[in-house]
Amino acid sequence: MLLIYCPYCEEERSELEFRGAGDAHIARPANIADITDEEFEEYFFLRQNPKGLIFERWRHIHGCGRFFNAARDTVSDRFYTTYKAGEPKPDISAILQSEQDKGAAK
Amino acid sequence: MMGANRIPGVGRLTPARTARFTFDGRTLTALEGDTVASALLANGIHLVGRSFKYHRPRGILSAGAEEPNALIDVARDAARRQPNVRATVQEVFDGMKVESQNRWPSLAFDVGGFNDLLSPFFAAGFYYKTFMWPKAAWHAIYEPFIRRAAGLGVAPTEADPDHYASRYAHCDVLVIGGGVAGLSAALAAAKAGAKVIICDEQPEMGGALRYESGTTIDGKNGWDWAQETAGTLAEMDNVTVLTRTTGFGYYNHNFVGLVERVTDHLAALDKSLPRERLWQVRAKKVILANGQIERHMVFANNDRPGIMLASAGRTYLNHFGVAVGSKVGVYTAHDSAYEAAFDLKRAGVSVAAIVDCRENPGEAVLAEARKLGIEVLTGHSVIKAGGKLRVNSVSVARNGGGSARKIAVDALLVSAGWTPSVHLFSQSRGKVKFDAATQRFLPGTYLQDCLSIGACNGTDDLQATIDEALAAGELTARAAGAEGGTQVTLSGENRFGWTGGMIGAAEGAGPDTTVKAFIDFQHDVCAKDIRLAVREGMHSIEHIKRFTTNGMASDQGKLSNMHGLAIAAEALGKDIPQVGLTTFRQPYTPVTFGAIVNHSRGPLFDPARKTPMHAWEEAHGAEFEDVGNWKRAWFYPRSGEGMHEAVARECKTVRDVAGVFDASTLGKIEVVGPDAAQFLNLMYTNAWDNLKPGRCRYGIMLRDDGFVYDDGVVGRLAEDRFHVTTTTGGAPRVMNHMEDYLQTEFPHLKVWLTSTTEQWAVIAVQGPKAREIIAPLVEGIDLSNEAFPHMSVAEGKICGVPTRLFRMSFTGELGFEVNVPADYGQAVWEAIWARAELMGACAYGTETMHVLRAEKGYIIVGQDTDGTLTPDDAGLSWAVSKKKPDFVGIRGLKRPDLVKSGRKQLVGLLTKDPKVVLEEGAQIVADPNQPKPMTMLGHVTSSYWSENCGRSIALAMVAGGRERLGQTLYVPMTDRTIAVEVSDMVFFDKEGGRLHG
Repeated sequence: MLLIYCPYCEEERSELEFRGAGDAHIARPANIADITDEEFEEYFFLRQNPKGLIFERWRHIHGCGRFFNAARDTVSDRFYTTYKAGEPKPDISAILQSEQDKGAAK
Repeated sequence: MMGANRIPGVGRLTPARTARFTFDGRTLTALEGDTVASALLANGIHLVGRSFKYHRPRGILSAGAEEPNALIDVARDAARRQPNVRATVQEVFDGMKVESQNRWPSLAFDVGGFNDLLSPFFAAGFYYKTFMWPKAAWHAIYEPFIRRAAGLGVAPTEADPDHYASRYAHCDVLVIGGGVAGLSAALAAAKAGAKVIICDEQPEMGGALRYESGTTIDGKNGWDWAQETAGTLAEMDNVTVLTRTTGFGYYNHNFVGLVERVTDHLAALDKSLPRERLWQVRAKKVILANGQIERHMVFANNDRPGIMLASAGRTYLNHFGVAVGSKVGVYTAHDSAYEAAFDLKRAGVSVAAIVDCRENPGEAVLAEARKLGIEVLTGHSVIKAGGKLRVNSVSVARNGGGSARKIAVDALLVSAGWTPSVHLFSQSRGKVKFDAATQRFLPGTYLQDCLSIGACNGTDDLQATIDEALAAGELTARAAGAEGGTQVTLSGENRFGWTGGMIGAAEGAGPDTTVKAFIDFQHDVCAKDIRLAVREGMHSIEHIKRFTTNGMASDQGKLSNMHGLAIAAEALGKDIPQVGLTTFRQPYTPVTFGAIVNHSRGPLFDPARKTPMHAWEEAHGAEFEDVGNWKRAWFYPRSGEGMHEAVARECKTVRDVAGVFDASTLGKIEVVGPDAAQFLNLMYTNAWDNLKPGRCRYGIMLRDDGFVYDDGVVGRLAEDRFHVTTTTGGAPRVMNHMEDYLQTEFPHLKVWLTSTTEQWAVIAVQGPKAREIIAPLVEGIDLSNEAFPHMSVAEGKICGVPTRLFRMSFTGELGFEVNVPADYGQAVWEAIWARAELMGACAYGTETMHVLRAEKGYIIVGQDTDGTLTPDDAGLSWAVSKKKPDFVGIRGLKRPDLVKSGRKQLVGLLTKDPKVVLEEGAQIVADPNQPKPMTMLGHVTSSYWSENCGRSIALAMVAGGRERLGQTLYVPMTDRTIAVEVSDMVFFDKEGGRLHG
């Protein structure tokens, strides 16, 4: 069972309190009524299902109720970070680098 | 008598404390603390079961959780009976009944043993190859035959009367395994101040010290040190010591499942105790001290009862005081088995010989054997074992050939060396690596925050194990944040260091042989079966495993995996790492369904939601139906009425007089804020700006793909406040859907959403007399048609309590929906009912509600739609705004597939014979005489007998439905074909005048 850090509650809580909500950073086009079939397909249907790093949405449904984003490794299930909805995509290589630096400092 | 093979003065059990049990009806005496296995052996019983495929006689192979053979049926009483229990872990209690399994008519004479003679026909993959043809025979012959012949135990027929408990726990350091390594690590972590949980599957801590006789720690006998240390730990406030507790599953983010067996060893059941307790532990750090498991030797007839692991022989002797034979042989490839011979010899048991397939065993053990006068045959192998129901001899030959010498034995202790238990490490998704020097897989790359120590980490030397464990304990405690405390030092010594080990088939069971040399005892997999699998083209260990079923029995290959892998590698001419190891999965040992299901059974399986009027409905004889988790009044049968009569009466009464209906389960969401209307514009297809406060509108909600997601009536209470209703089943997902868009797509809108489903009780009063029924109870609202027309909402009082009163209808009649705070629900209901009853109205349930709405062609989302219908398909295009620039689903609706002709549309169906009621879900075709498979046009979504129409009515999804009005279509059933005419969806009061009555 995953342990997930809610960026709104600012604490780690059990997966039981959360619900996954699919890929993150897929913006609903502002002019959605006018987009082409291809653009709509891209927006609504097509997903990458990557092995490794994924940016995904979670909702702390049995907690604060907020939707937020997470960067997770789909192989190890490690969460690199979680962040509030609307915040920009974090730079994962910077996160890894800072961890390495910390490790080296130890 | 505590058993003829019990040696006085040997072992740790108390002779005075006996327990009586039966084995296949025969009463035997055991000592408290015995396992079933040790008690049977004490009584000279080795034969305890029959194997799965060949029904070969089988004995006790091990003294622990890895046991593949000695599976028994254990009963306390008729209901408390469990099959497939490992005799080596089940403790004896007074009065227990034990039965052997998989034998008929008796254990010693088993008809199924015939399979052994037919074994040439039962080679690996036999089932896959044989039971394939003809197809029809599978169902009729093969499967029933296999089901009868297969399976070991018999499932109990009575419900489990015990209860099970569950507990969440958090700790700094979780130590799994209570041997030298685990205890040392736990002590170091605990003394450093960490919050520690340590568990072990055995009744006492000690691990390998149960059998190991030559260990000294801190100057004490190893076992005594272990008990003392366990006692020290148990007394510390920051430590939880769990015995009889298996760490069975290592899950994500250091979440570990433990199962504690609380009462299975007790003679008298304490009803206040759970049978088992499931621990769900979240640990900051996990220390794996899982030890190692001894492997058997692979040679002909190595499965005869009386042949067992050397460490098991030592456990039975040193812990239980039981000699496993009177003339014991040893066959080994590892020094450790020598110590079994030494222990037996010192206890006065005759040791026939030590046969060692190595030329050069460890010098220390060799010297000790000579000193004790035990014959050692190095460079020799046991070619085969003699005896059937019990081993009676071994044939020993020099490696490489030569004549065999037969040595009489009544037990043979074997050891091919040790396999580190990397199960939990592997479950944690760490990657093992193969250590070529010692021919074993060891923890390699870690993925989770854990550490392996001791034998499961490949650390062999005792002092090295202790040092590694103490360091790990302190390191993890500090890393988890423990400060202060004291440091622990320990010194340990073993009598002998060990060398040796082999994997794969031994001499005499090599590549060119076809002897029955077993690798996997429980599934009867022999060395030759692995080779056959390779010859037949299985080159991956995953394929070989599935083809031969090696390692797939309930012991999950704890003994067989490495042997199978080595034989496969040899046959493939590859190195072991190239062939690979199969993945270890949870659980480590079988876990009862009781522990997993735990409290979630019976009424606690799923919570029941009841409306505020539930008690009244129950008291008035309602039958209930489940709608999601809700219990809804279905119909109210009067005496002598079945469902059909009751529903017909209720339907008629509502339209003739009136009816009262509990609609409290409707989903309700309060949408509030300056941008509330704008938000609803985006969430529903309709326009909301022009809805005036005090008015209601029916709304349709789509997903962005354009399909109908939910519907409901929305009332505007004020400029900035809407009372939204959803379908009963849709309430949670609609709330989630709205929150999703509000939080992530339209966060600029100032809107607040609150679920109010359970805050409002809703009483629907429907029918010509509805106004008359409620009018005297309502204060502050003018109920006249002029002031309060259809689709109105107002706030006022009813029976003196606040109400949101809706004028709306799901029946097509004049109707009101009285919303009152839930706590007033039953009181207001009773007041309304008192008036309604006087006027001849009835209470009605969901079935009547369904019929009445179908008579009017009102759809139910989820019944008449299935997630692939557009508003137009459902005949609701009038509710889709053409002017709004955006709403969820606006683009999806324009997709080519959603606008093309011939889509399935909702229509009405009238059977040619008005008495025939169609079956919901029945398929519809144009030509009933076409060849099968027929072209389906759609299916029936709703179908009822309508008492008001005096005939059956139905709604259906039909391809190009609205263009088929008046056409005759057909509904083929198994016994007949029903002709139907396509109609519009309104069957009653087509003009709709009754709404405005």
